[in-house]
Amino acid sequence: MSALKIKKGAQSHSAYNLRPNFSDVEERHTLALLVENEPGVLARVIGLYAGRGYNIDSLTVAEVDHTGHLSRITIVTRGTPQVIEQIKAQTGRIISVREVHDLTVEGPCVERELAMFKVTGTGDKRVEALRLADIFRANVVDSTLTSFVFEITGAPEKIDAFADLMRPLGLADVARTGVAALSRGE
Amino acid sequence: MTRQMTGAKMIVQALIDQGVDTIFGYPGGAVLPIYDEIFQQNQIKHVLARHEQAAVHAAEGYARSTGKPGVALVTSGPGATNAVTGLTDALLDSIPIIVLSGQVPTFMIGSDAFQEADTVGITRACTKHNRLVKETDKLSAALHEAFHIATSGRPGPVLVDIPKDVQFATGDYTQKTAVKSHYQPQLKGDMTAITELVEALETAKRPVFYTGGGVINSGPAASQLLRELVEATGFPITSTLMGLGCYPASGEKWLGMLGMHGLYEANMAMHGCDLMINIGARFDDRITGVVEKFSPNSKKAHIDIDPSSINKVIRVDIPIMGDVGHVLEDLLKVWKSRGRKTNSEAVAKWWKQIDEWRAVDCLKFTQKGKIIKPQYALQRLQALTKDHDRYITTEVGQHQMWAAQYLDFEDPNRWMTSGGLGTMGYGFPASIGVQMAHPESLVINVAGEASWLMNMQELGTAMQYKLPVKQFILNNERLGMVRQWQELLHGERYSSSWSESLPDFVKLAEAFGAKGIICSDPDDLDDAIMEMLNYDGPVLFDCLVEKHENCFPMIPSGKAHNEMIMGEVDTSTAIDAKGKVLV
Repeated sequence: MSALKIKKGAQSHSAYNLRPNFSDVEERHTLALLVENEPGVLARVIGLYAGRGYNIDSLTVAEVDHTGHLSRITIVTRGTPQVIEQIKAQTGRIISVREVHDLTVEGPCVERELAMFKVTGTGDKRVEALRLADIFRANVVDSTLTSFVFEITGAPEKIDAFADLMRPLGLADVARTGVAALSRGE
Repeated sequence: MTRQMTGAKMIVQALIDQGVDTIFGYPGGAVLPIYDEIFQQNQIKHVLARHEQAAVHAAEGYARSTGKPGVALVTSGPGATNAVTGLTDALLDSIPIIVLSGQVPTFMIGSDAFQEADTVGITRACTKHNRLVKETDKLSAALHEAFHIATSGRPGPVLVDIPKDVQFATGDYTQKTAVKSHYQPQLKGDMTAITELVEALETAKRPVFYTGGGVINSGPAASQLLRELVEATGFPITSTLMGLGCYPASGEKWLGMLGMHGLYEANMAMHGCDLMINIGARFDDRITGVVEKFSPNSKKAHIDIDPSSINKVIRVDIPIMGDVGHVLEDLLKVWKSRGRKTNSEAVAKWWKQIDEWRAVDCLKFTQKGKIIKPQYALQRLQALTKDHDRYITTEVGQHQMWAAQYLDFEDPNRWMTSGGLGTMGYGFPASIGVQMAHPESLVINVAGEASWLMNMQELGTAMQYKLPVKQFILNNERLGMVRQWQELLHGERYSSSWSESLPDFVKLAEAFGAKGIICSDPDDLDDAIMEMLNYDGPVLFDCLVEKHENCFPMIPSGKAHNEMIMGEVDTSTAIDAKGKVLV
């Protein structure tokens, strides 16, 4: 639980997270927001980012608790530590946002992303694409005589690497879901 | 137990249950069912504004002067878009208001219907929270929650958008007590941080309290605790524009307002202090001047209920997240239990330094000749009204800064001004809201002629409800603050800052049935002000003042607190190229 979004009835909290960090180096942070699943909640979040000039590297959203009407938004953002603290605090101000977690500082987490790649070509290039897909454990989800659609899951870096390899082999189209992330352990 | 009623009736019932006695609004097609319910009851007074923007500002004035939430009711489309300025104003100044807007019926939403606007979309960025209620069964709970959100934590505006079919339909009314909100902001501060601040108080050599609107929002008890803390420690105190009145202007520890047009002693104390205790203020750019040079040698503590205010602009050493009243209570308790220590010897020396700054007398001016200086007009207004049960509102510009400098505020909730957004046209409707809440009190709007004209239609409202609001216009026939900046920054090229074709304000007042007074001679000023005070009804006071007076002292753009310009000196080089881009 971040100090920035206090649980109902909490008696105390740590002001530690509000201590300034004087670094001016930009950091990449993965935030997980638990939000009320109501119309416009995504607009509230991205409107805040747009209005205050924050970066969004990726954003995913889906309902995670149907009975509790809760959705989870995973945002990958970047900024100096001061900006990251502001992003978390400003996001926490949104009434429909119940919890803000900074997975990057709250402990180890796993990040996964799903992507689909359409690769077109014939002959050696086609064979090479299939061979590399096998190494990356990508699945073929569609195939014609001149094209494949690969489905790949993994950390964003793995997907970046796969994209780099596919580019000279006839990469025609990419669809990526953006990062979903969970903290490790209990 | 649930009760069945129409949505329109629910709205009135929810307002009654929330203790609302007055609302400000303007009818239209999408709110007719609500107006019909208002017509059939007499527990809630409805004040018909002449423009929705004014209705919202009036609700702000009502809220700021009472500590209770203000309520405005507007129709769909243009009614809602006209409310946007008021909502933004309330957001930036943390004023608790609830705006109810009508909407086209649910089955027509998205069809570009007559007077349809995406109100929730438009107002998302200018409200603390907003929502569209599509089911009558959920309406009363949404309204109760709106009041809870507007008034809890850092207060702010909440808008509830209500389609017309939801107002007509019948549903279950949910009691106020049955509504549980997830929004429960932390009120108590962290005791470790509070103790750390106490330790800093005990050893500080050059401390200063820097207070803001958060003290006033926290309620009268917070102001009381602040006064106790200031008297007990003997530390100097300054305040932002929004915090005036939380500590009495007559108090001996009072340094006056700080910031761009703040007092020399206040800004110098901020610059030279070794401990800055920010209580409910937010390091606004009007306060800090250039951030890199802001109070370079001080340890900074910041008490704020909104975590996003902490470390937003200025990095602080002791952050305390919580309600000002709660934190001050704990702070006093801890400080007392540790023996009420301060470094009194060093603080006495600090006061000696401050007294030297005070001796500069940065607000001095000379009233000579036959032209009224605006400062003189306010000095006389202060002298002649200080013993009244008095509320002051202002518009935005030079007159606003002079009012902050020359009028004294002894208590919280007596000063209503548009600080964050700087909304010209705020003061007149706000004075109407204040007068509705305090019918027996003296309510004065200190205005400039240009600002005042922005919502002049409200003379009709003042007349209709017999509100004796006094409109004290410092008329320099200029957009004074714009003109001042053009003089300092743009080679004295006064582009569009001359108020051309001004009306005859006396005749204008008379056209509405109000009283008009014009005064241009300093010798007549006292009598004219007394005439205004003695008249039972709205007065438009046209005070013709010096046309080229500049507002000083001033921290020029891009400069620090110790680089103030004090008066009619050479100002041509006061702002450098980097400072010119700042507003």
